[in-house]
Amino acid sequence: MKHLLRQTFRSGKFLVGFVIFMTILLTVLIYPLFVKDPPLGIISRGTFLAPGIYVNVYDSMNSSPRYTLILEGAASRRVAGKLGDDDRQAMQEWLVAKGVPEDSIDIADTAGLIALWESNFDPSLRLPGMTNADRNYYIRLTASLEGLLATEDAVVAAANPETGALEEIGVITQTDYVNVGEVPNSRLFVLGTDNFGRDVLTELVSATGVSLIIGFVAGIVATTIGLILGLVSGYIGGLVDDIIVFITNLFTVIPTFVLLILISFSIGQEQRGAFTIAVVIGVTSWVWTTRAVRAQVVSLRNRDHVNLSKLSGHSVAYILAMDILPYIASYVVMALILQISSAILAEAGLSILGLGPRTTEVPTLGLMMRWGLIYQAHVLNYWWAIFPVILVIALITFSLNLMNTGLDQVFNPALRE
Amino acid sequence: MKGYRDYFLRKLGWFAITVVVAFILNFTLPRLMPGDPVAAIVARMAQGMSNATGVQAVYEQYTELFATDRPIPEQFFIYIRNVLNGDFGYSISQYPRTVGEVINASVWWTIALQFPAIIVGWILGNTLGAMAAYLRKGFDRVLLPVSLFLSNIPPFGMAVILLVIFAVNLKWLPTSGGYRFDMVPNSSWEFVWSVIVHYQLPFWSIVLITIGGQAIGMRSMAIYELNADYVKYARFLGIKDSKIIRYVFRNAMLPQITGLALSIGTMVFGAVVAEIIFNYPGIGSTMLTAVLGGDYPLISAATLIITFMVLIAFFALEIIYGLIDPRIKAAQSE
Repeated sequence: MKHLLRQTFRSGKFLVGFVIFMTILLTVLIYPLFVKDPPLGIISRGTFLAPGIYVNVYDSMNSSPRYTLILEGAASRRVAGKLGDDDRQAMQEWLVAKGVPEDSIDIADTAGLIALWESNFDPSLRLPGMTNADRNYYIRLTASLEGLLATEDAVVAAANPETGALEEIGVITQTDYVNVGEVPNSRLFVLGTDNFGRDVLTELVSATGVSLIIGFVAGIVATTIGLILGLVSGYIGGLVDDIIVFITNLFTVIPTFVLLILISFSIGQEQRGAFTIAVVIGVTSWVWTTRAVRAQVVSLRNRDHVNLSKLSGHSVAYILAMDILPYIASYVVMALILQISSAILAEAGLSILGLGPRTTEVPTLGLMMRWGLIYQAHVLNYWWAIFPVILVIALITFSLNLMNTGLDQVFNPALRE
Repeated sequence: MKGYRDYFLRKLGWFAITVVVAFILNFTLPRLMPGDPVAAIVARMAQGMSNATGVQAVYEQYTELFATDRPIPEQFFIYIRNVLNGDFGYSISQYPRTVGEVINASVWWTIALQFPAIIVGWILGNTLGAMAAYLRKGFDRVLLPVSLFLSNIPPFGMAVILLVIFAVNLKWLPTSGGYRFDMVPNSSWEFVWSVIVHYQLPFWSIVLITIGGQAIGMRSMAIYELNADYVKYARFLGIKDSKIIRYVFRNAMLPQITGLALSIGTMVFGAVVAEIIFNYPGIGSTMLTAVLGGDYPLISAATLIITFMVLIAFFALEIIYGLIDPRIKAAQSE
């Protein structure tokens, strides 16, 4: 056993797969110790906030230590942040369409461009080919230009609760900075938020955990059924064997995903928990294990040590467990690994179809895919809501397949390169 | 020819049995589930209805519509008779269209998409895998990691990645649908072109996924065959390399055909989900609307059609296999 383990970990492929898988598993276990937020807690109004650090504006305005930094180009960056290249292009297009000669417009000269814009722009004017959305965009743009080039300080005022009059409570100059670490309220969204305003990273970690559990449960159910049927069918033979082989052959041909869809649809949304889905996936995917186990048991059945065991009067269960199982154990472990990865994929596929676990309790990788797809995260280019999920699914299946190939080479020397 | 006829008849008999069993499963599985399917539908339909007699009337109407008050065997025979007549009843979510109409409008899209895509992917994958095994060196060193990578991306992931790259960012191709949304299907060139443009992304996403798995399988198969004794012997006899290669790849191809037959179900599932992502007007999207609308007759008909398609594909592959496997051919000439 010890030798076997050492041999296994000497296989490069297995090791790489194992490291990736363990990294994912450890992240799932350790992350909740540090971030205690509920994974489905809705923490933002508005959807699909981009990844980044969110700093409380009120707190940073009132933050007592304020620092003055003289940074070069701060003013031009400030302008560029509000008036990007695309906006300048759009302004030029509008002005040209209105009849301003193109060579008099210099989009690099901010002050000149704004002056030209303010003297020409007319929100009620409809240019040919301009949609309502375009018009609203120009009106928004005009509003954001207000005070763009101002160099004065901003005054912070609060309403006096008694009189209602505004009273000055502070002045913010353009060179004022606060240290993010000293602002009491700030929040880091490594992967932004999703369509419901939930932290994608926290949700993803929790979903990965649930999906792994679904994979394990489905894999164990499928492998147990497959193993028992295969052992019984291969060892006992006769009519039992015929029946099991017939059923197995049927279900290799009839697509299992159709059964999955039918069963999950019939169970109904309310009854579909993550665990139920896992069991359903397991119950529909034992066929391959049965076939392979049976084939191996048939070749083992008449070995001398099995016959000897029979002669010594051991029971069938004892013979199967002690004389046959050890020979096929390596195969069963590999089959389990493959079952886990295909179960995770099956859950994702089902969820995309709207037949996954019910959506109120726990996230799964499939449900996150579904939400991302329904809310068009991929079309609207909110990559953080959908690509990390695909990446995690791909990494899990990749690591499991790699471990499987590595094990195959250890147990099957003919495959070693 | 007698040998092949026996083979063909055996496979045909097996095909008939699987069709019957699939049919029975399709009928019984939903009925085995706890709870009354009609009650579930009525609960969904009657949301917001406060009037108890109204709910009762809806319930009775649906009970009659689905004939759930009759004994199960009788229901089964009614079901068979109706299905054989092409009558799947009315669709609940798209009433007053019948399920037959809905399926008929979508199934051809699915067939036209998946069948060519899987075949093209299979051929490309096998060619690449065989080349990698024969050429080795640089080609293999590039192809193997790429195929490994491709085969580990879930099918829906590949669809999303292609969509984001080519439709959202590069804007070369449309993001969704089977033709431009403002068009009505007709036979003008403009419409055909629109269909072709919308066809590309779903097609290539299925092809790429298929290539990955097939190339890896073919590569290891071909490497195994290239090291077999008969190749060494043929070389020793001085047979030309090009001729040996032909034998090798034919032998390596046979397990690949079986592999295709056995994985066709999984592939179709992947393609069905990809259809949903591209909002392609095939069976996949139909299933999604059926699930969302709790459309019981539609989903059962859709799964039946897909099962049937997979079974036919499986049967066809076994027939082809019988034609080209030399062992079965040998049995025929006896």
